[in-house]
Amino acid sequence: MPMEFTNKKLKKSTKIILTALLVIACIVLTYMLDKGIIGTSYSVRIVRIAVIYSLIGVSMNLVNGFTGVFSLGQAGFMAIGAYSVGIFTIPLASRPNVYYLVPISDKIAEVIMPFGVALLMGGLIAALFAALIGAPVLKLKSDYLAIATLGFSEIIRAVIANDQLWPVTNGSLGLKSIPGFDSLFVPVLISAAGIGFMVLLIKSSYGRAFKAIREDETAAEAMGINLFKHKEMSFVISAFFAGIGGGLLACHLTAIDSNQFKIAVTYELLLIIVLGGLGSVTGTVISAFLISFGKEYLRWFDASHSIGAWQIPIFRPGLRMVIFSLLLMAVVLFWRRGLMGRNEFSWDGIYNFLRKWPWRWHKLTSGGYKAEAKAKKAARSAGKATDRAASRTKRAEKKAARTADTEEKKGVDNDAE
Amino acid sequence: MDATTFFQNCVTGISLGSAYALIAIGYTMVYGILRLINFAHGDIFMMAGYFTIFAIANFRMPWYIAIIFVIIITVLLGVAIERAAYKPLRQSPRMSIMISAIGVSFLLENSATYLFTGLPRAFPQLGFLQTVFRIGEVSAPIVTFITPVLTIVLLIALMYLVNKTKTGMAMRAVSKDFEAAKLMGIEINHIITITFIIGCSLAAISAMLYFSPRPMVYPFSGLMPGLKCFVAAVIGGIGNIPGAVVGGFIIGIAETFLVATIPSMTGYSDAFTFVLLIIMLLFRPTGLLGEKIAEKV
Amino acid sequence: MQSNAEVKPNVLRVSDATMQFGGVVALNNLNLEVNKGEIIGLIGPNGAGKTTAFNVITGVYAPTNGAIYLNDNLIISNHPQGKMKELYAGENKGKYSDVKVLTPDRITKKGVARTFQNIRLFKELTVYENVLIAQHVKLKANLLQATLKLNYKEEKAMHQETLRLLEILGLLDVKDDISTSLPYGKQRHLEIARALATEPQLLLLDEPAAGMNPQESDELMHFVGRIRNDFNLSILMIEHHMQVVMGICDRIYVLDYGSLIAEGTPTEIQNNPKVIEAYLGVDE
Repeated sequence: MPMEFTNKKLKKSTKIILTALLVIACIVLTYMLDKGIIGTSYSVRIVRIAVIYSLIGVSMNLVNGFTGVFSLGQAGFMAIGAYSVGIFTIPLASRPNVYYLVPISDKIAEVIMPFGVALLMGGLIAALFAALIGAPVLKLKSDYLAIATLGFSEIIRAVIANDQLWPVTNGSLGLKSIPGFDSLFVPVLISAAGIGFMVLLIKSSYGRAFKAIREDETAAEAMGINLFKHKEMSFVISAFFAGIGGGLLACHLTAIDSNQFKIAVTYELLLIIVLGGLGSVTGTVISAFLISFGKEYLRWFDASHSIGAWQIPIFRPGLRMVIFSLLLMAVVLFWRRGLMGRNEFSWDGIYNFLRKWPWRWHKLTSGGYKAEAKAKKAARSAGKATDRAASRTKRAEKKAARTADTEEKKGVDNDAE
Repeated sequence: MDATTFFQNCVTGISLGSAYALIAIGYTMVYGILRLINFAHGDIFMMAGYFTIFAIANFRMPWYIAIIFVIIITVLLGVAIERAAYKPLRQSPRMSIMISAIGVSFLLENSATYLFTGLPRAFPQLGFLQTVFRIGEVSAPIVTFITPVLTIVLLIALMYLVNKTKTGMAMRAVSKDFEAAKLMGIEINHIITITFIIGCSLAAISAMLYFSPRPMVYPFSGLMPGLKCFVAAVIGGIGNIPGAVVGGFIIGIAETFLVATIPSMTGYSDAFTFVLLIIMLLFRPTGLLGEKIAEKV
Repeated sequence: MQSNAEVKPNVLRVSDATMQFGGVVALNNLNLEVNKGEIIGLIGPNGAGKTTAFNVITGVYAPTNGAIYLNDNLIISNHPQGKMKELYAGENKGKYSDVKVLTPDRITKKGVARTFQNIRLFKELTVYENVLIAQHVKLKANLLQATLKLNYKEEKAMHQETLRLLEILGLLDVKDDISTSLPYGKQRHLEIARALATEPQLLLLDEPAAGMNPQESDELMHFVGRIRNDFNLSILMIEHHMQVVMGICDRIYVLDYGSLIAEGTPTEIQNNPKVIEAYLGVDE
């Protein structure tokens, strides 16, 4: 085995086969979870949340990670999508029960839509709001943009809970009896389609333009990219999918109210995409799953534990979220690139990653690391020696120059007199 | 609205405004020096509220000692946060440090929920602050009258520090040009620490004044005031200390009168603040007292 | 390529361009012309306003007063407004009544490309991506079409064009390297490649030879001449390396403290006393 590690590429046909296998595996897995062959209804719930948060996470990453626009408005767009689905899919018979305090508005009392239509409408309304909000907001500097989008998110939430709109949104009572998913495939396929669209977008020329804006706005503009138009595109598409995600969430929870779309939700999404890597779609998906599952398994910390008869005081409700927050701070401080940095999933990447381990083992056992360390040390001391020699000659030169100067000055002074 | 109600609302509004002003100063100073929106500042304010509860209810300190204790602990918390979460990221892109601030905010809220449970805790009496006082027809707890006075006094003291002392000059230099200030030999860490000390002390004082007339403290009671106070700082002109005070008063008074005149809008007072923000950012992004900064290509 | 100077059509005409920031006049009444196929030099001591001139021509700043014409069409025009009306310290105050301001991307779409003094590459992207992105300006497909790959022919053409440009500029072997990992000289080449990818008719080069040794500057000089011919360009160049300027420019404009102090052929400029004074100080 050679001492130098070189990356190899897999054949294209191999990659196609691997991808096909992966897709089939996912479909089979989804089917098995759906029918209860593996997992419990509890774990199916978590998978649903993970899948929905993947979609919303990627939509947020599109704006923040790929276009470099610091937007904190996701919760508001989610709320719009969720309420669209909520309002228009509650069965007609259940409506008086839901709107028990203030009866539902006549205009929509009889309006019911199939899930798909309501979902799409939710996304479109969210996109429309984004287009309107974007016009003034996207021209602001990044700090102000963050607070402005946050502000709009809160404004949207306040409008939904508004007194005047009780006949439509049921105000602070929220909506319930929203019909749930028929099968696990619904959120999985919709989420996959949404993420797929955004991946295609990122790979297209427009996606490249977004990245240019993230790298250097001035240079991007000089290359003919209209900053506002492209930022608005990114923002609107992100809002569309956030709305779709919100709609999926409404279906998953079957009951929603405006308190579920507070700013904290956006913060959590932000930390998810930071953990996965701002600028990596794969990272966001992995991170969404990790965090959805992680949060559930961290519940262990919330329950009380005892050693014998002594109840350890640390373990009580709330510890889970504290540990969660600490982990996220650790990522923000020490691992800024997140799990994937800006890299995406690639078969070549996995192949070479796996290949490296036997190579590393070989290097270790044949003393390769020791030899490397020795060579480094030798190079450093050689470098130091040349530096010392260089500074010696420099000092000598300076001295010579100074004496020449003083000679000259003496000459000049003599002339001036 | 009759005269009495009007004056009552004025008093409440000005008092609320001054509490906001003290917090807003913290935001504006940190932004001026680090170009960071310290999302965690509102949560530091909230923690100060809890510290007060603990000092008086659990440790049974007399109120005059409790005040000093709370200020010191809050400052320690703020400086610790700066050292741990903001200092390592000073050279990173702006988004990173803002995300860190959001992370800290998240951590503080969850820690408060864990340590103190999510149930609201009653705020204790601080000496005579909650005794009701009457001026003519208008009555309110004493603290309501003291707050604006205290705010103005602190503002004057702070302006003196910033404009007439060497430390203040160093602070102004750092806020104008970070790199140049370093080259001139100004000890940056020192200045930043002082900024946080001032900001956090003011937040602690504000917490004690703000929560006194209110029944409860809960883990998220800092989130909204925090954001509103940032809006106040922006309205006044971010980086401008008197501006932050002006902004605080504007928000406090506007909020009070909005709720008083249109009671159905109570749930909206937060959203209303953001509407003010949006209007400000659209028509005068540098704020009322701010200055324009040109960008060089 | 040498043709009669009077026959060359005008590509760029800067008319009384003045740029004032607050009370400081950075550019005072600049009048400048670039004709088709010419290489024009813009020189002057540091801080003379050369990059400001570039920024005005490319729309980064709207001039306080003055106008810019591209191929005899008015593309930018402005006169002092608001506060500037009282502050304005330049000339020709009433001459320009139109207000026409364009953003830099629109200027690029009209065929004016530029490079930057401090190299503004897309740092974390590869050499290939840097040039590929510059082709976006020519894209005809809308977002939906591009996402769904309905414009695959256009995409393929863009990729081919990118490879072609990289080959011409000698960057093909490093095309997958991160742009900032290149040596400084190659980074400058990449900046130029990127600008060329936008298919300009007028190329603005801001100190392309900065940081180069005499041999590299010489190569650059020939390179600039070559691309002028191969790509049918007109070039306006800011430069401090006098060998490059004198070696290749058809005409030169000299700025000092924002004002034009001389213009002419290289020989005329070299012997102009005002120029010598501005650069070297008064000779005693």
